Amino acid sequence: MSEKVLMKGNEAIAEAAIRSGCRYYLGYPITPQTEIAAYMAKRMPKIGGTFLQAESEISAINMVYGVACSGKRCMTSSSSPGISLKCEGLSYLAACDLPSVIVNVQRGGPGLGGIQPSQSDYFQATKGSGHGDFRMIVLAPSSVQEMADLTSLAFDLADKHRMPSMILADGTIGQMMEPVELSDTMHETHYEKPWACTGTNLKREHNIINSLILKPEILEQLNIERYKKYEVVEKEEVRYEEFMMDDAEICIVAFGIASRVSKSAIVEARKQGIKVGLIRPITLWPFPSEPIKAAADKVKSFISVELSMGQLIYDVQLAEECRKPVYLCSRVGGMIVSPDYVLNKIVEVNNLGGEN
Amino acid sequence: MSTTKIVIAGFGGQGILFTGKLMAYQGLIDGKFVSWLPSYGPEMRGGTCNCSVIVSDEPIGSPIIDNPDIVIAMNRPSLDKYEPTVAKGGKLFIESSLIDRKAERDDVNVFYVPAAQIADENGDNRLGNMVIHGKVMKESDCFRFDTVMKAMEKVISARHRDLLDINMKILKAGYDYDCK
Repeated sequence: MSEKVLMKGNEAIAEAAIRSGCRYYLGYPITPQTEIAAYMAKRMPKIGGTFLQAESEISAINMVYGVACSGKRCMTSSSSPGISLKCEGLSYLAACDLPSVIVNVQRGGPGLGGIQPSQSDYFQATKGSGHGDFRMIVLAPSSVQEMADLTSLAFDLADKHRMPSMILADGTIGQMMEPVELSDTMHETHYEKPWACTGTNLKREHNIINSLILKPEILEQLNIERYKKYEVVEKEEVRYEEFMMDDAEICIVAFGIASRVSKSAIVEARKQGIKVGLIRPITLWPFPSEPIKAAADKVKSFISVELSMGQLIYDVQLAEECRKPVYLCSRVGGMIVSPDYVLNKIVEVNNLGGEN
Repeated sequence: MSTTKIVIAGFGGQGILFTGKLMAYQGLIDGKFVSWLPSYGPEMRGGTCNCSVIVSDEPIGSPIIDNPDIVIAMNRPSLDKYEPTVAKGGKLFIESSLIDRKAERDDVNVFYVPAAQIADENGDNRLGNMVIHGKVMKESDCFRFDTVMKAMEKVISARHRDLLDINMKILKAGYDYDCK
């Protein structure tokens, strides 16, 4: 057991990345995630790593592409508008099956939006992070401790499945401080990377990493094979937490900061005798459809609590196959649902008793 | 089992975030669950600034606070904004050397502390935040005075170590201040 220290969520991401063997950080500053870059700028030179502030987000993500081709662990981070700029790069990373970690500490949008917390990049992260058929593993931390733990996991999953993985956080979790224990066991897990471009020493054929495939029959096959890999990820890597679900009649689905607020509201609602629980997706992709589907057999209704105009709610409806009503409880634009706000929604939904 | 929710508000430069950090470290050292959530963004330095601190015996759900048990208002706009939010029976600390009005609520405990003035009398007028925190420690059972030094050592960066003593001195002055 190492000592617990107080850290900002952003700092926890940076420290966990370093402990997990990341020695290349390529980024560009943007609120509310700049502490990641600042931390990396301070630490990387001292441990023989590379901190590089690129001239733009687009440049940074393409540098990630370059480092990833060599098989080295690398990371970039940004916030919503900056992630949009990186989307072309994300598609290329996925097309070339390159392990890499991308952090999005979300802020209100669309456009330049504001700098306060948001979860409105859910669609972008889980459905459309760029052109073409591809997926990213998307992890959603809800505490500073998870900012560290899931960053470490993101590197492992990226290497294990040869694909980009994203930490989808938000301004609150990035800026808040909580005690965090950085496990002494956090380290770089070794994965063989025979595909990496590290020089042949004239002993093997060249490794070529390229996403331009002009023969449609070959490109189709590559897509089909990549989706077989995604099937494995969907089977093996789903992570979620259940909270007070045993006797629940209302099931809240929420991730990140919204799940934290929901937990407080659930505790208060229980005091009023309302049986409500929470399913918190930790992986947003692969999405924990099974537990939500199973919950639909028991509960009267669902509430999707999110900091967006209703994005997560679609995945909840798909998972529970529209058997029970799903209500939306949300604030957007940098406003955050408060415990009272969620509690009011719980009471309102409870009064409806599962009727549409 | 107890949970104390605290909002500290004032303008940038009054040590709002620092005070919150100190509280959070005290809670951590005392073996409690803590969260510290700052306001962030373009309002830094000169503009309004606040932070939410929760110290609890149990894991903390929402770090966002609707009805704080303790509000520290370091300037007038903060008092106007947060006075109505204090939980019934909660505690409201008012920086009375900077705020020219009295509290309107009669269902909360109000403490008027001329913090900047006391800090000035004790050698550093920038440390009004420590005066108020001293008073908070005296009036609530959430922080222990004997662990504050350890927390202070964590929060004050190495290059400002020489400021430890004056912070502790002024903290004590706040602790001993009698509002009557």
